[in-house]
Amino acid sequence: MTGDADLAVIGAGPAGMRAAVTADALGLKAVLLDEAEAPGGQVYRALPPALGPANGQGEEEPDQQRGDGLRAQLAASGAEVRLGRRVWSVLKEAGPGEETRFRIDALGPAGPETLRARALLAATGASERTQPFPGWTLPGVTGLAAATILLKSQRVLPGRRTVVAGAGPLLLLVAAKILKAGGSVPAVIDLAGRRDWLASLPAMAGRPDLLVRGLAWQAALRRAGVPLLYRHGVLQALGGESLERVAVGPLDAEGRPLKGAPARSFEADALAIGHGLTPAIEISRLLGAQHVFERAKGGWVAKTDADGRASLPGLYVAGDGAGIRGAAAAEIQGALAALAAGRDLGALTEAEQSRRAGPLRRAHRRAARFGGAMARLMAARPAGLEAVPAETVVCRCEDVTRAEIETALGQGAADINQLKHFTRCGMGPCQGRMCGEAVAELLALRLGGRAAVGLWTARTPIRPMPLDLVLGDFDYADIPIPPPAPI
Amino acid sequence: MTGAAETAGAYDAAVVGGGIHGCTLALFLARGGMRVALLERGSLCREASGTNAGTLTMHMTRAALIPYALRGHEMWATAADWLGHDLGTVVCPGLSLAFTEAEAEMLRLRADKRREAGAPIEIVSPARAKQVEPGLSDTPILAAYCEIDGFASAYLTGLAFRAALLEAGVAVMEHAPAVGIERGDTGFTVLRADGPPLRARRLALTGGVWLEDMAAWLGLALPIKVLVNQLSVTERLAPVMRTVLGISSGLLSLKQFENGTVVIGGGWQGMGDRERGGVSVLPESLIGNLRLACHAVPALRDARLVRAWVGLEAETADALPVAGAVPGVPEAYLCGSVHSGYTSGPYIARLLAERILGHEGALPLFPLERLLGEQEAAAGLARVS
Repeated sequence: MTGDADLAVIGAGPAGMRAAVTADALGLKAVLLDEAEAPGGQVYRALPPALGPANGQGEEEPDQQRGDGLRAQLAASGAEVRLGRRVWSVLKEAGPGEETRFRIDALGPAGPETLRARALLAATGASERTQPFPGWTLPGVTGLAAATILLKSQRVLPGRRTVVAGAGPLLLLVAAKILKAGGSVPAVIDLAGRRDWLASLPAMAGRPDLLVRGLAWQAALRRAGVPLLYRHGVLQALGGESLERVAVGPLDAEGRPLKGAPARSFEADALAIGHGLTPAIEISRLLGAQHVFERAKGGWVAKTDADGRASLPGLYVAGDGAGIRGAAAAEIQGALAALAAGRDLGALTEAEQSRRAGPLRRAHRRAARFGGAMARLMAARPAGLEAVPAETVVCRCEDVTRAEIETALGQGAADINQLKHFTRCGMGPCQGRMCGEAVAELLALRLGGRAAVGLWTARTPIRPMPLDLVLGDFDYADIPIPPPAPI
Repeated sequence: MTGAAETAGAYDAAVVGGGIHGCTLALFLARGGMRVALLERGSLCREASGTNAGTLTMHMTRAALIPYALRGHEMWATAADWLGHDLGTVVCPGLSLAFTEAEAEMLRLRADKRREAGAPIEIVSPARAKQVEPGLSDTPILAAYCEIDGFASAYLTGLAFRAALLEAGVAVMEHAPAVGIERGDTGFTVLRADGPPLRARRLALTGGVWLEDMAAWLGLALPIKVLVNQLSVTERLAPVMRTVLGISSGLLSLKQFENGTVVIGGGWQGMGDRERGGVSVLPESLIGNLRLACHAVPALRDARLVRAWVGLEAETADALPVAGAVPGVPEAYLCGSVHSGYTSGPYIARLLAERILGHEGALPLFPLERLLGEQEAAAGLARVS
């Protein structure tokens, strides 16, 4: 399928869905792409039909309901929704006349397809950050966000006995969902202290619904007798072929294990662990937009104005991909970015845009206050990485250990790209999505900050690309081989 | 020498540009007893020298460069000895393929020219090619065989050279962009973007694609064409091939590294330029290149592509290197801009180092005069070739 759009939106989460609906209402031709089979993203995820309430498989969660509302608006709109699309390339090319346009290449159910658009909104959400620790590559250790997806999309438990560890509100959500689904949770291990949670209370008061939900999860854990260990971290995952035990211990306020403190361990066949979220910025990076490092937003983010305009004309970012602020803030950002794109494409006047954007900007500030408090709870605590033992694998695709990273620094690696060439760190199938944050923090400890460490050069394809799908059937004669090199 | 005060603290040689040419030149000058500074605006060997496909091949080397490439190949193969560090070099047979009659014709012609220049290339049947490379499809109708091709891990070049340069006492200055040259009575001053000026009695500019800008610092007009070559790499695979593969036109290079990844190249063009560097991989170019690769080695179809990138390759008006003294500027030298020059690069830079040190090299250099002043004639030559 090929065709042009006024606004292409990549990512059908809260920000992307809202943006597509808003852009369509402005009379723009909006095309929304997502790799999933249904719109919703991670938070507003739809249940697969077989598991939905229509089949008597349990009640809808508030996030799903919110998502269903937005899905209904999207379906009623004229926005074109292309699902099951794995976007692998974005670039800016010369369009007809003076203007430039975006070219988006995706693998879809019917093979490769190309979309050209006058404007592009990246609403690609977040990736999970995992700090390495001894044993983190054992089967049975999974991401906290990954466990959420398992539970939400397939009602599958990560294991029979799942230790839930890391940082942020997902801890309580995952633990409560596991209990509800009949699994057992030997312990919840929270990087944050009680005081950190208390400090976020004023911001949470702005969302009493979510506060109540959090308290209900906590109550459920208490009833089930699940120990909730604050300011604790996982020291080691132990086991032979797969996970058998999880050793935990107390931490200081920066996340370092307390020396000499007694460690405890819990028997478990699964460990769901995540250290917060970091914005997924592949698209804006591939396009060469400017980025800044903002720890409070989860890491590197595209530099934008208040409405999500990136440094590159025609490019917008919204949602957690623009800085971790949660689903409610993402939705509003999606609307703001669509209005900005509408204004820039001439679909509405400046006066009209500011009239409509005003209340949205205020609503965004309120929503972002709550989301920002949650982001602070799960912000990286890089000092904890000082304790990563030399022999622990940091880049699991290429088996690069902490010691090899330190050796490369000694050999003169002065930024993250030089480290990559010296060690192959980040050169595997995940392209650094899994280890990038930890590697960068390890380097920052030695090189003096994340800005000095820099970002891995963005590369196509955005996700590993099965050649068979992208190549299709072809005749040799149809390969457009360029003229020969000189002899 | 006059002005002792002026030259106190000056280097014997400043080399500007830390690719293979600059690194090799700096290394051999230092080993020849000179105090050498090497300036690189980024990290060593991170442009063409570190992002190319790593192919060491006679099949893709210009005929006029074959004698240099043979000696360069020897240097790559023995890097552990002369450099003191491993470059991950693998020596293996190379095949150049023809899938059509027209390509077969070109293959014979090009193999003849390269054989005349000294490359041990012979034309072989498809059956023989398949014995050499069991991963081949049944589609080639003819092949050229060379037993001494191979490849290196281009991304490791900087690591190896960096260590060797430091051991040789070279002042390695990375992230140190040069912005101009001042000429004095006793040498040169390299002006830097963010560092103190650096003085040296001799100057070598080794900027690859950026040699055009550097030559302008000395008042020379040296046009350098920029090729924006695309490359890509698969995830780790079980063995699917054991040679270096190409096609007669040069538009494919294919090899599997020890870690199982397969690097696919051949000079398909992406987006980029001298000012911005590599900008984007072009999907059509990538897909065309990948189709060609799978046409040659069908097992690649089952692989996933992990990464694609673009690197800039330099080409002079006659597509032959620049390596020699700058006319009219004593003790200034230019070296680089070799089309398909990964194989021959270290040897050409070493030749120049020997010349600067006062030795007569085994092969002639590539004087600049042919590319200066008579640029219209040179452009005409390029059109003919």
